[in-house]
Amino acid sequence: MGASSTSERLTTALQVNKRVCGWNLTTLRFPLVSRSARRNSPGVRKSYREVIDVSWGDPHRAGVKPLSFVRQVLAACLYPQLMDGDKLMVDVKQRAQRLLKTCAGGSVGSYSDAAGIPQIIQSVSEYILRRDGGIPCHPENIYITPGSQWALTVTNILKVLVNSEASPRTGVLIPVPCHSTTIVSLTALGAVAVPYYLSEERGWALEVETLQQALDSAKGVCNPVALYIINPGNPAGYVQSRKCIQEVIHFAAEKKLFLLADEVYQDCVYGKESEFVSYKRALAEIGAPLSDTVELASFHTASKGLMGECGLRTGYVELVNLDPAVMKYINNLFSTNSCPVLGQVALDVMVNPPQPGDPSYPLYLKVRHFLFTITTGDANSLRGAFAFPRVFLPPKAIEKAKEAGLQPDTFYCMRLLEEAGVLFSPGTEYGQMEGTYHISFCIMTPTDTMEEILKRLSTFHKQFMREFA
Amino acid sequence: MSQQAVNGVSCRGKVLTVENMNPNVKRVEYAVRGPIVQRAVQIEKELREGVKKPFTEVIKANIGDAQAMGQRPITFFRQVLVLCSYPELLEDNKFPEDAKKRARRILDACGGHSIGAYSASQGIECIRQDVARYIERRDGGIPSNPDNIYLSTGASDAIVTILKLLVCGEGRDRTGVMISIPQYPLYSAALADLAAVQINYYLDEDNCWSLNVAELKRALNEAKQHCKPRVLCIINPGNPTGQVQSRQCIEDVIQFAKEEHLFLMADEVYQDNVYAEGCKFHSFKKVLFEMGPEYSSTVEMASFHSTSKCYMGECGFRGGYMEVINMDPEVKAQLTKLVSVRLCPPVPGQALLDLVVNPPQPDEPSYTLFTKERTAVLATLAEKARLTEEIFNEVPGITCNPVQGAMYTFPRITLPQKAIDKAKAEGKVPDMFYCMKLLEEEGICLVPGSGFGQKDGTFHFRMTILPPTEKLKVVLQKIRDFHLRFTNEFS
Repeated sequence: MGASSTSERLTTALQVNKRVCGWNLTTLRFPLVSRSARRNSPGVRKSYREVIDVSWGDPHRAGVKPLSFVRQVLAACLYPQLMDGDKLMVDVKQRAQRLLKTCAGGSVGSYSDAAGIPQIIQSVSEYILRRDGGIPCHPENIYITPGSQWALTVTNILKVLVNSEASPRTGVLIPVPCHSTTIVSLTALGAVAVPYYLSEERGWALEVETLQQALDSAKGVCNPVALYIINPGNPAGYVQSRKCIQEVIHFAAEKKLFLLADEVYQDCVYGKESEFVSYKRALAEIGAPLSDTVELASFHTASKGLMGECGLRTGYVELVNLDPAVMKYINNLFSTNSCPVLGQVALDVMVNPPQPGDPSYPLYLKVRHFLFTITTGDANSLRGAFAFPRVFLPPKAIEKAKEAGLQPDTFYCMRLLEEAGVLFSPGTEYGQMEGTYHISFCIMTPTDTMEEILKRLSTFHKQFMREFA
Repeated sequence: MSQQAVNGVSCRGKVLTVENMNPNVKRVEYAVRGPIVQRAVQIEKELREGVKKPFTEVIKANIGDAQAMGQRPITFFRQVLVLCSYPELLEDNKFPEDAKKRARRILDACGGHSIGAYSASQGIECIRQDVARYIERRDGGIPSNPDNIYLSTGASDAIVTILKLLVCGEGRDRTGVMISIPQYPLYSAALADLAAVQINYYLDEDNCWSLNVAELKRALNEAKQHCKPRVLCIINPGNPTGQVQSRQCIEDVIQFAKEEHLFLMADEVYQDNVYAEGCKFHSFKKVLFEMGPEYSSTVEMASFHSTSKCYMGECGFRGGYMEVINMDPEVKAQLTKLVSVRLCPPVPGQALLDLVVNPPQPDEPSYTLFTKERTAVLATLAEKARLTEEIFNEVPGITCNPVQGAMYTFPRITLPQKAIDKAKAEGKVPDMFYCMKLLEEEGICLVPGSGFGQKDGTFHFRMTILPPTEKLKVVLQKIRDFHLRFTNEFS
């Protein structure tokens, strides 16, 4: 079909939402991923047979097998005829039957209530209660959404916080490094991203001084209203200490900031030194008056951790200490939504896994142990779900990259993909201190995959260093 | 943390207040799940607690959810989906080969061969290719490029995304979006949220809810004075009105869009739900291309489809797609970026969509059963559409246009003046007052016409035709009896 001239088109860059078009964030995922997709063309000789993609926090893509229990429950819900006969264990059937009863018309094909299936929300609230050592959790403060990113940005919380017509513009503090979709969604809403720098020398710790520096940098530029924290971190896989969390909460209270606690990697904590403490729990432990007043939204998902069910798109947000009048509007906003039902089924399993005595428990325990024992190498870079090591690139490589019009770490990652068939993300995509370069990869992979990755990386790195010596 | 504190009752010194929150969010309303539904849910709770009512169940005829009302899913679809979810079943000889073949193909396209992996944000490529081929077959061979297909989380996701892209400008240059009255309130909610200017064009109730260009022109010209009209939305078959636009009408709309330089959004989620004699679904794209290159190479358009309606009724999977036509390539690149923010649409929904566009063929084992089930669903809907129109038109004070397509009826109700006055005295919109009373007295949940928009001084309600036939007959009867009682009470 012929193209009309640019000036006649409606959808020219001039005439569409500038906030959408004005992004100057160069996410290079697309060229990288599309190259990766074309990699499997026959007749192209490579030293590897398959590309290993660990650029995303996507365990299944990286080779982790889904949890059988959850898939059996999904199967029984999708095709109840499966429950006739002995193919499925008793606890699978019971779970599926219980969940189907919570669906309108007994089918996973019906719309769920806007906030999510009430019985599943109840299960989520009980999970939170147990996780946080008994601190009350109220189901009416919980909304199930098509993924945590949806809850944060697409439909709700940020949308409520960000007044796109305000002058000065709304600011949201975000860490550096930070996942690009968070920044992109902020700017698309008309907010200003206000960076605070995590401290690499201290294991990517969050230091309150940097939060103050961030606020100072915002003076005259925007009006910061919220502080976005991701704990455990992405891409830098740190886990905040209780002390640190409480310092952040005090800071937020003092500076009147709404806390956005992205805790989707809370189940990816392994290593004796680290323990995940939720923001809600830390807040409650501080006690009144802060525990009654600091406003907090915390996010979790079925996409990470043991489940890794990213493709099902289900997460939830818990809202704490919000003004009831505002909650009324949030409720309205959510009413246009409907979360995928299969994902909610998976979420139910996540918050309510097989228990000792259940027929499916032994297998569940085995898989759980396996995931939680992946710990190799430097504790600094392997807390949480990601590694974000620094790479020291020789000047010749940096020069070559510039000639190709690429950031040095992007250049490194592209070569790594082409020559070794391993897909990482370059630190450029997340932000880093000027003059430093990093690579990011997800470590939620089977042990043998991780071994293969490290082997290929090591070979590639030596060759790369030799080439640019 | 005190109970009150968890609910944030103590409001002194809040960071996020009604005064400083995004003002656009305050304007968002969605009648389909609004106050009347909230009351219905409350009544259900009361019934469970043993409170005595004049009825034993609440019939939720407010939402277009077929399976909630007992419609069975299509066997073939569920078979493929279960094979995708639990691939061990591929060894089970109880499942037909054509289902296994499709499941394997879908799993091969998934990261790690799992539906639990993220897909590309635009959707799994081979599924987009299948969607493009489906569109080509449907539209008599007119080419469809898979790169122009975006899979989405239900059609709603795609609709809101396009609106996000198109709404811009300040003050008098603010984007105006033309939407039919009555309309499906997702549109008005999205427009409120985006602070776009809503431009209402009225469908003609006396002529079977038809669209006429004179009315489009009137609405546009008035709107030009205070905004920049750039988008025209049309739902065909219609929601809530069920009208199926004639081919001529679609041509007229395209012509109008071209002349007035408007982006067309064609919501076609009910494309298989066509019942009335003489009515046929014509896709906007097909008509556009049949109008020749002067139109097909210039008019910018997005058309939307979903797995929630038609004969599938799989609302809970959140499957859907849009096809964009003639979009500026640079803007399209930004659209691609925009959809990446929500990462990807649910993979089971994408898989389901693949089956909808790639159903069993005559030479395949599942064909007979599939066709039988599909035909039965659509035939039942057609019968219920006819029945609804017939019964409502027998009631003095209720006038019902033929339900030509979709899943709803939107009859006009005459309310006595005394009732209108009583409603106003109670601070209620008259048709909400009527519907609430119906809910309390009969346990039937409908959505008042005010939630969709209607001509001033007229009142309507939207009811779905989804309850099983026998139950539907009872519902129709109860509404009839209620209406007569109501009219009597307020005469």
